[in-house]
Amino acid sequence: MKVLEVQHVKKHFDGPDILKDVSLSVDSGDVIAILGPSGSGKTTFLRCINFLERADAGTMWFDGRDYDLSHMNRRDIAAIRMRTGFVFQNYNLFRNKTALQNVTEGLVTARHMGKEQAEGIALEQLRRVDMLDRKDHFPSQLSGGQQQRVAIARAMATDPEIIYFDEPTSALDPELIGEVLGVMKDLASQGMTMVVVTHEMSFARNVSNRAILMEDGVIVEEAPTADFFNAPKMDRTKAFLSMLSSYAQ
Amino acid sequence: MSERLIGILIDSFPKILIPGLLYTIPLTAISFAIALVIAVLVALVQFMNIKGLRHLARFYIWVIRGTPLLVQLYVVFYGLGQLGLLLPPFLAGIIALSVNEGAYCAETVRAALESVPKGQLEAGECVGMSYLQTMRRIILPQAMRTAFPPLSNSLISMLKDTSLVANITVAEMFMAAQRIVARTYEPLAIYIEVGVIYLLFSTALTFLQRKGEKALSTYEFR
Ligand SMILES: Nc1ncnc2c1ncn2[C@@H]1O[C@H](COP(=O)(O)OP(=O)(O)OP(=O)(O)O)[C@@H](O)[C@H]1O
Ligand SMILES: [Mg+2]
Repeated sequence: MKVLEVQHVKKHFDGPDILKDVSLSVDSGDVIAILGPSGSGKTTFLRCINFLERADAGTMWFDGRDYDLSHMNRRDIAAIRMRTGFVFQNYNLFRNKTALQNVTEGLVTARHMGKEQAEGIALEQLRRVDMLDRKDHFPSQLSGGQQQRVAIARAMATDPEIIYFDEPTSALDPELIGEVLGVMKDLASQGMTMVVVTHEMSFARNVSNRAILMEDGVIVEEAPTADFFNAPKMDRTKAFLSMLSSYAQ
Repeated sequence: MSERLIGILIDSFPKILIPGLLYTIPLTAISFAIALVIAVLVALVQFMNIKGLRHLARFYIWVIRGTPLLVQLYVVFYGLGQLGLLLPPFLAGIIALSVNEGAYCAETVRAALESVPKGQLEAGECVGMSYLQTMRRIILPQAMRTAFPPLSNSLISMLKDTSLVANITVAEMFMAAQRIVARTYEPLAIYIEVGVIYLLFSTALTFLQRKGEKALSTYEFR
């Protein structure tokens, strides 16, 4: 069942187009890995489809409705965001709130949920990311990996149809990457729909069901994960994968 | 020290302290509270880049910071008086002090707002909160925490600036001291005495500042 479809997304800042006609269709339960070299437009793409940037052109189908990405009104943006989650590279936890409050904030403030109900949900999500024992810690008292797990719980608590991850482990020390990827893997196995920009090839290979290579603002190749890694069609995909494997050695 | 001088000092102590409690402290407290409201609003319209208001805010800060408080006091009290708007001196003092202090504090608050990592605004939006909700519940509290020490400094310096309102006939501490000097011809002792009382007041404020900082340090920035 289709959850989201975006088509022909274009975006430029000051100079040339950063996104040149990018399209993506996401089914329920999909875990889509977006790979690509630095500067290829991956972050910009995620930001455009969650309206942190305004796209120059493009359409979106979500929740039974069509939207024009270049002319979104505030109410539609708010309504869509109520049903999507976003996990940032640098966590962006609310620094004046505890782990628990970080998770309840969106429920209480934006969804007018009662405090008790919100805390019930938040505790459940913190348990899922194994952060219950640190629920009263402030972000400054948590490691990067712990902060990112709280950020994932915060995104999950709003019961989103889809979660976007923008390089969720790139800011982490190597020994902390595993715990965050572990949490994401659990979410995937529980059927969460996820679009993940990542440089973690093992995660892409083992957890995603579809992989995308993005370069210079276009999608070079999109394929089921096994095909993408074992039998890539495009020369640029082969070059990208061989560059990564030589880098890994 | 002669017995006469000691007698004068003891005698004048309550005569200075009481106007301090009746005028200096309320002037400081009320004006600073109003200044804070002005400061937050003026800082916010700049931070949020609200078109017309932003320019108005810059203009306000430019004028107030570029002119002496004493001149501002005279304009509000004597100047407006000439136009028929004769304000009670205490009220004129509060207006001038809060408008003056608001401009300085606005810059403090604006800098503090800008020091809060911006990603949190986007994170707020991504969990469905509006821009204003995120400002009010996430960004502003952190900015005020950052601004607390410099704002406390402003408060202490404002306490001392209230001595200027003696010039518009408010019978606060400094004017009380001037009157005693006129009567006793002991400027050195009396002006040192009033200085000591200002010092007592500002020491109390410094103490409160420490307490406040401790209370606010539940979360630390990294
Ligand atoms: N706000 C902005 N203003 C101007 N240029 C921008 C802005 N955001 C991104 N860009 C430019 O757009 C291009 C794509 O950036 P983007 O962050 O989307 O790449 P990316 O694929 O996420 O890279 P990385 O793997 O390094 O995160 C870059 O050249 C970047 O400089
Ligand atoms: Mg990026």
